[in-house]
Amino acid sequence: MTTIDAAVGQSDPHHLGHDRESSYHQHTEGHAGGGLVSKRIITGYGFWIFLLSDIIMFSAFFAAYAVLVGNTAGGPTGRELFNLRNVALETAFLLVSSFTVGLARIGARAHSGSWFYVPMAATFMLGAAFLTIEVQEFAGMVARGAGPTRSAFLSAFFTLVGCHGLHITAGLLWLLTMMAQVFAKGFRADILRRILCFNLFWHALDIVWVAIFTVVYLMGVAP
Amino acid sequence: MLGKLSWEAIPFDEPIPLVAAGVVGLVLIGVFAWVTLKGWLPYLWREWITSVDHKRIGIMYILLAMVMLLRGFSDAIMMRSQQALAFGSPGYLPPEHYDQIFSAHGTIMIFFVAMPFVIGLMNLVVPLQLGVRDVAFPTLNSVGFWLTATGALLVNISLVVGEFARTGWLPYPPLSELTYSPGVGVDYYLWSLVISGVGTLLAGINLLTTVLKLHAPGMTYTRMPMFCWTTLASNLLIVAAFPILTATLIMLLLDRYLGFHFFTNEAGGNMMMFVNLIWAWGHPEVYILILPAFGVFSEVVSTFSGKPLFGYRSMVAATMAICILSFTVWLHHFFTMGAGADVNAIFGILSMVIAVPTGVKIFNWLFTMYGGRVVYATPLLWSIGFIVTFVIGGMTGVLLAVPPVDFVLHNSLFLVAHFHNVIIGGVLFGAFAGYTYWFPKAFGFRLHEGLGKASFWCWISGFYVAFMPLYVLGLMGMTRRMQHYDVAAWHPWLLIAAGGAAIILIGIILQIAQFVVSIRRREELRDETGDPWNGRSLEWATPSPPPAFNFAVLPNIKGEEAYWGMKQRALQQARLSEEPAYAEIEMPRNSPTGFICAFFATIMGFALIWHIWWLVGLAALGAYATFVVFAWRDKDEYIIPAETVARIDRANRSARGAALARLQAAP
Repeated sequence: MTTIDAAVGQSDPHHLGHDRESSYHQHTEGHAGGGLVSKRIITGYGFWIFLLSDIIMFSAFFAAYAVLVGNTAGGPTGRELFNLRNVALETAFLLVSSFTVGLARIGARAHSGSWFYVPMAATFMLGAAFLTIEVQEFAGMVARGAGPTRSAFLSAFFTLVGCHGLHITAGLLWLLTMMAQVFAKGFRADILRRILCFNLFWHALDIVWVAIFTVVYLMGVAP
Repeated sequence: MLGKLSWEAIPFDEPIPLVAAGVVGLVLIGVFAWVTLKGWLPYLWREWITSVDHKRIGIMYILLAMVMLLRGFSDAIMMRSQQALAFGSPGYLPPEHYDQIFSAHGTIMIFFVAMPFVIGLMNLVVPLQLGVRDVAFPTLNSVGFWLTATGALLVNISLVVGEFARTGWLPYPPLSELTYSPGVGVDYYLWSLVISGVGTLLAGINLLTTVLKLHAPGMTYTRMPMFCWTTLASNLLIVAAFPILTATLIMLLLDRYLGFHFFTNEAGGNMMMFVNLIWAWGHPEVYILILPAFGVFSEVVSTFSGKPLFGYRSMVAATMAICILSFTVWLHHFFTMGAGADVNAIFGILSMVIAVPTGVKIFNWLFTMYGGRVVYATPLLWSIGFIVTFVIGGMTGVLLAVPPVDFVLHNSLFLVAHFHNVIIGGVLFGAFAGYTYWFPKAFGFRLHEGLGKASFWCWISGFYVAFMPLYVLGLMGMTRRMQHYDVAAWHPWLLIAAGGAAIILIGIILQIAQFVVSIRRREELRDETGDPWNGRSLEWATPSPPPAFNFAVLPNIKGEEAYWGMKQRALQQARLSEEPAYAEIEMPRNSPTGFICAFFATIMGFALIWHIWWLVGLAALGAYATFVVFAWRDKDEYIIPAETVARIDRANRSARGAALARLQAAP
């Protein structure tokens, strides 16, 4: 644990009263086996559970895509539509943004304004660049008559990839909110917990993208 | 400006929904006026609507479930009377209305009665049983509740504004696609379930984190009461299954709103995928409902037998086995779809395997009662009624799990009888057992025993009279959801079934009477000590109703059945434990976030249903603004001073001391 986490852990993290003097305090470090855990762990744990549920939602869209990938109804297939150069760029942007968002978290933990704002801004730019390429790809496909209403395959494609894109959009909105919050309130314990959750969220989107990159694009252009 | 909404949406030509809605509207206006005139509105807002206290949220969940039970049951009465009348005649409900009724009945009973009832019980009891002061995410909990209420509200709005789905409680495509269901009925269904589904997911995340991460010192996993274990299993299933429901409904929404082709007949859509996806959620869902009920029975049977639960560890293992197996059997809902003999055989066998852990549980409850000092109080009557009824339902379920048998019985009334057999006999009886058992904990006085027992006997006999004929009818070949029929041999059985529904109605009236009478006689039914049933788990260590902070000092758990152990020590030493040193307590502040979120969600859902796009945008903006304002809060806790804590705890200690003295005085 870093000093910050320890400080968070000491200020009676879990609404359980001021028991610092009592014998219960010895359990504070414990896991669920009968102890009291810090609020940071509870928040992070709950957010992990949310992320797992989100990944299950994605897996339903993946399943639908896998079922419908061959149902092109005489329309274009993935091999005719996908441009791997763009996808490589998107992947690069997203992977680098995972690195920068990690830097931002370290900066936040060190209470360093510049090490927080600059990587967060970089993350925003990378995420926005990713989104721009994706929107261009979607617009180009719709213009070619390969929109989501063309075939079941394209419905599933737009839903799966679009759902990830919507998550990125929500993430960017969240990112700006977090920057504004740090600006207005500084590195408070609860804001640090939110930055932790945002980090987890952003990394999870990266993981989902790796799956999309593989299942949709690479397998889509494979002979 | 108003999208598809116009005066034609109000069904002026259908008197039944209009009159029903008028009556409900008048009652609502009356209640609102009464509350306002009495000056209770600020109290309601301060203490309930904005409350983040898990006990109050639990009570509100249960209240929602009970109100919606009345709505769902009126649908049931209408269906039973229609089928009793509709032999060789059209009856009194036209098909398009009858179809809405059976769809609304199923949707309401599962999503807005059974779900809020079990989530309410879990919210109310689990933190108390774990010996902690709150759930993991109190405000999130409130948001979850209010989103569930939003879904219920939207379903009820469909009664007067527009129509409800005519597709059954699971809207199978292609019937539910725009081509065949062009009205707003399916949209009402979809949006209300997407919104309430988000609420359920939030409740699941909150309860799961609570059970896994918040424990009193010494409350290890294997010391948790059984109800906490079933809560754990049930919420694992919520978190793992509800996203599938949301994704599936979103796909159908995309088909209907934006012309996608997930489940359409044309352009490569695959409607069988919908059936697979919806049951990949739907089968875990039935265990989400029944597992908490199993937990209630475990608590009740053990308390009223005066014995620890028999085979605690095997019960835990059985619960977790059911939790996992529930994800492996979804295909038995559509054996007839043609997956082939091998696939059907595997899913048939797996479905039968689930009967094994369930059987373990049944025997554990029986052995708990065996040799116990059994007190036949109302909660135990519900439990015994459950054991008998559920075994019958389970056995017909094993029958249906045999694929060749299922080919004969699929979509027949035999199936309808089976799932009512397990859901009424299991979930609902469990909910009622929990309601009677924990009512004194929630409100400080017991429910009237005599009326409770009378209601139980009406419910159980009414259930058998109403549903056993449906088994016979299913074997005679009658399919479900028939608006009229001309087979003379079915008619007498349907008349009997309608009689059964009438007996259940008497049971419900008795429950309402029990509620009213108990409130009027609350002084004589008062629970002074906080332990009215000689309980064994920690919720009975608190006063009734518990203070906001539950425990003045966190209990230190030394073994299974934490509270029983404390009580035995007090009895042996003939005195209570030493008075602890009281300290101030920090508790989360109330927040209107949940209510405001639900307000915007209701507007957004309604606007989406009626294609009022500007309003959708406005509501989305409002929801985001609420989120930011909430995130901007600076203080989310308040302090309860040590003197207040001491005063509340000393009052309870003196009541318990008096009870102990009485026990010592008695031989």
